[in-house]
Amino acid sequence: MKSRLLIPLSLGIIGFVVLLTVVAHGGQFPLLDPAGTIGLLERDLMVRTVFLMLIVVIPVFILIIFVGWFYRAENTKAKYTPNWENSAMEELIWWSVPLEIVLVLAALTWSSTHELDPMRALNHPKDPVVVEVVALPWKWLFIYPEQGIASVNEVAFPADAPIEFHITADAPMNSFWIPALGGQMYAMTGMSTSLHLIAPEPGDFAGRSANYSGEGFSQMTFTARALEDDDFENWVKDAKASGAALTPETYAVLAEPSDTGPVRYYGSVTMPFSAILNSFMSMPVMDHIEHH
Amino acid sequence: MFGILTPEAFIHGPIETGAQLIVVGGALSVVLLLTITKRWKWLWTEWLTSLDAKRIGIMYLILAGLMLARGGVDALMMRSQQAVAVGAGTGYLSPDHFAQVFTAHGVIMIFFVAMTFMFGLINCILPLQIGTRDVSFPLLNSISFWLTATGAVLVNLSLVVGAFAATGWLAYPPLSEIAYSPGVGVDYYIWALQISGIGTLLAAVNFIVTIIKERAPGMTLMRMPIFVWTVLGSMLLVLFAFPILTGTMTMLALDRVLGMHFFSTDLGGNAMMYVNLIWAWGHPEVYILILPAFGIFSEIVPVFSQKRLFGYTSMVVATMAIVLLSFGVWVHHFFTMGAGANVNAFFGIATMVIAIPTGVKVFNWIFTMFRGRIKYTVPMLWFMGFLFSFILGGMTGVLMSVPAVDFQLHNSLFLVAHFHNMVIGGVLFGYFCGFAYWFPKIFGFGLNEMLGKVSYWLWIVGFAMAFIPLYILGMMGMTRRLDFVDAASGYHPLLVLAAVGAGIIALGAAAQFICYAVSTFERKRHMDRTGDYWNGRTLEWSVPSPAPFYNFAHIPTVHGRDAWWTMKEKKQTHEAGYQDILLPKNSCVGLLIAGFSFLFGFGMVWHMWWLLPVSLIGIFVTIVVRSFADETEYVVPAHLVKATEQRHHK
Repeated sequence: MKSRLLIPLSLGIIGFVVLLTVVAHGGQFPLLDPAGTIGLLERDLMVRTVFLMLIVVIPVFILIIFVGWFYRAENTKAKYTPNWENSAMEELIWWSVPLEIVLVLAALTWSSTHELDPMRALNHPKDPVVVEVVALPWKWLFIYPEQGIASVNEVAFPADAPIEFHITADAPMNSFWIPALGGQMYAMTGMSTSLHLIAPEPGDFAGRSANYSGEGFSQMTFTARALEDDDFENWVKDAKASGAALTPETYAVLAEPSDTGPVRYYGSVTMPFSAILNSFMSMPVMDHIEHH
Repeated sequence: MFGILTPEAFIHGPIETGAQLIVVGGALSVVLLLTITKRWKWLWTEWLTSLDAKRIGIMYLILAGLMLARGGVDALMMRSQQAVAVGAGTGYLSPDHFAQVFTAHGVIMIFFVAMTFMFGLINCILPLQIGTRDVSFPLLNSISFWLTATGAVLVNLSLVVGAFAATGWLAYPPLSEIAYSPGVGVDYYIWALQISGIGTLLAAVNFIVTIIKERAPGMTLMRMPIFVWTVLGSMLLVLFAFPILTGTMTMLALDRVLGMHFFSTDLGGNAMMYVNLIWAWGHPEVYILILPAFGIFSEIVPVFSQKRLFGYTSMVVATMAIVLLSFGVWVHHFFTMGAGANVNAFFGIATMVIAIPTGVKVFNWIFTMFRGRIKYTVPMLWFMGFLFSFILGGMTGVLMSVPAVDFQLHNSLFLVAHFHNMVIGGVLFGYFCGFAYWFPKIFGFGLNEMLGKVSYWLWIVGFAMAFIPLYILGMMGMTRRLDFVDAASGYHPLLVLAAVGAGIIALGAAAQFICYAVSTFERKRHMDRTGDYWNGRTLEWSVPSPAPFYNFAHIPTVHGRDAWWTMKEKKQTHEAGYQDILLPKNSCVGLLIAGFSFLFGFGMVWHMWWLLPVSLIGIFVTIVVRSFADETEYVVPAHLVKATEQRHHK
C-alpha cells in the first residue's frame, strides 16, 4: 500500500537531512566528545545506560512491528484467540525483565552518583585551583581567592590540575555549565554549591548559564580556558596588572542588571565571595530593633 | 479605583498589538454572530447553564481546542524566532516578549490544553462507561468547568491588558519575585493557576465520588473499564498534588503582594523550597495527564484488535503502582541543585522503578494485539504513533534519571525533546486517539477516515522533524529558552529544520480541524445509527449516539468485564416499560461563581483591593442563595423517555 511506504520513506528522508546538515556544518558535540575527564566519565555512563536499555527496547520495537504487521485484520491465516486474556507465565516475564534491567541500572546509578558527585574532590596529585563563581545579571564573575584576582566572563585555570568551583548567585537562579568539561551546577543566592572539574589538555571551551534568569540570559556566556602552567601564571599576572579593583563599590556597579559586556579583569579583590554569599543573610528588621 | 491599572497597560508593541486585535476581534465576532443568529437564549439554556456532564464535556473540549490553537501559535513563534535569530537582536521578538511566549506556551499547553482536554473526555465518557445518568455533584461539575475557563480567560486577557509572566512555565523564584519581575505578568500567572486549580481539585473530588458511588449494579471495582481505573488514579493524584500547587502559589502571591519572604533572596526566604514544592506537584501532574491516556489506549487496543484486553489485573496494579511511585521522584527535576549523592541516587533509582509498571503496560498492549485481528483505524494509528514516541521518550527519561548523566543533559534541548516526546507523543496522541474513538458517541456521527489519516501522518512526520533535531542540539550543548544563538555554535541549521517540523505539525492540526468540519458537513454519510460505531466492548456503546440527555433509559446490570460485550454475547435485553427519571435542573451558579472569581483574580493582578471583598461576598451570597433552593431536580416523565428511546431505535 502506498501510505505504508510513504511513512518510513519520509522519516528516512528526515533522518538523512538531519545527518547531512549537522555533518555539513561541522557541528561540535561536546557531550559526545568531551575534553574534560568528568565529561568523559559522564559520556561513558550515558552510553552504557543507553546500551543497557536497548537490551529491552530493540526487541520490543521488533515485537511491535512484527505483531502489528502479522496480526493485521487482512491476514486471516494468523491465529486468532479473541478470548485469551491472561497468562501468568508471560506476565511474570514482563514484570521481571524490566525489573532486572532496573536492578542493574540502579546499581550503576548508586555507584556512579557517588563516584561523580560534583561535590567530591578529584583524586589527583596536584592541589586543586579554587575558583569562586558568582552569577550576576547577566554576566559571570570569577574570583580567585588564592591569587587575589577576579575576572568577568572568562575563567582560566591550569590544564591537568583539578579545579574546585564554588558557585553562588547575586541574581535569579542560574546554572553554571561548561559542556565540554562536564555537568552543570545551579547558582543560587545565599547558597554555595560546588563543582569539581578537570581539563587534561589546554584548550578554550564554551561555558554558559543553563537556567533561564531573565532578559539577558541568552548572552550569559563565558570562555573557560585551560592553559599551560606558564600561560596561566602569565594570565594571572596580566589580570594583576590591569589596575582595576573589585571593591564593594565596583562590585555594586557590576551587580546591576546589564548586558553582558566585555571580558574584564580585577587586579585586587576586597569584595570576597563570602561577603556576596552572606549579603542575603542580613536581617534588616532585626538590625533595626537592635539599634534601638 | 483602578489600582495600578493605567491606560499604558493597553499599549503594546506591533506584534503584541496584533495578538490584542485577534483576541478582542475574536471575542467581538462571536458576540456579533450570536446576536445576528439570535442564539443567546439557546446558548444560555442549552450550554452555559447546563449541568449535563456531556454538555460540560463538550465545552471543555472546545476550550481545549481554542487553547491548542493559542499554545500552538506560541510554539510557532518560538521556533521561528530561533530559526531566524543568529546573534543578539536579530530575531523579531524582544528577549522579554520571547520569554512571555515560552512561559505562556508551557502554561497553556499543560493547564488549558492537556488538563482541559482530559476533563472533556472524562465528562463525555466516564458516566456512560460506569452506567450512571450523571456525576455525583452536577453543579460542582459546572463550577469546575467555569473556574477552568476563568483561568484561561485570565491568561489570554494578559495579551490585551498588561503582560504575561516572563519566567518560564514554573516561575522559579527569585526571578518570579517582585524584585526581579515587578510587572503584573507573574500575578496573571498566579491567579490563572489558582482559580483553574481550584476547579481541577473540585472536579477530582467529583469524579472520585462518582466512580466510587455511582457505578451500575454488578460493576465491581475489578470489572471497571481500565479507563475508569486510570481516571480514578489520576483524580487521586489531583487530590493530593493540587493542594500543594495552591499552597505554593499562595506563598508566592504573599511574597509579591504583602512583601513576605517565603521564597525571596533575603530575610530567610528560600527559593529551593519553592522548587521542591512546585515539583512535588509538578511530577504527579505529569502522571495525572498520562494515566487517562493509558486508559484510553487500554480501551481502544482491545476494540481494534477484536480481542479481550490482555492482563487486566496487571494493568490495574501497574496503574496504582504508578500513582504511588509518582510522589517519590520529584527531585529528579533538579539533581543539579547540589543535594548530596545519597539523595540524588535515591530519587534517580525511584524514577527508574516507575519504568517497570509502565513497561508492563506496553507489553500488555502488545499482547492484546498478539493473536488479534488488528484494524488500523485512525484511533489505532494514534496508538501506534504513541508506542514509538513513548518508548523513545521513556528511554531518554530513564537516561536522565541517572544523576551523573543528567548533570550534562539538564536544561538542554535534549530535555525539551524528552518531555515533548512524553507530552505530545504520550498525552496528546492519547487524547487525540480517545477523541477520534469517542467522536461518534459524543456527536452522533463518525469522522472522515481519510482526512484523519492525513492529519495523523502530518503530525507524525512533523513531530519527528521538530524534535529529533532538539535531541541532537542537546548533545551539542544547546540550552533551552535562548532567544538567539551564535553562528559559530553550529546550532542554526538544526533549528531551521525544527521550525519546518513545527510548521508541518501546524498543518497536521489544521488538517484535524478540516477533518472535523468536513465530517460535520457530510455527517449524513457516516451517521452512527446503532450507537455501537466500532463494535465496542464497554457500556458507552450500549446507548444511542449521541447519548440521550438522561444517558440510560434503564440502568444496566453488569455481569462481567467488557460489560457491553457480555450483553451482546448473551443477547441480554432490558426489562420492558419505562420509569420516570430525575435529572438536575440548569443552574447559573457555576457561571456566577466563575464571574466573581474572575473579578477577584483581576483585582489581585491590578491591586484593585475593593474588588476583593465585593467578589468574595458575591461568591458567598451565591452559595447561600443556592443552598436555599429546594427544587434542584426535575422529572423526565416515563412517556417522554419512551418516546425518545423509540425515536433513537427507529
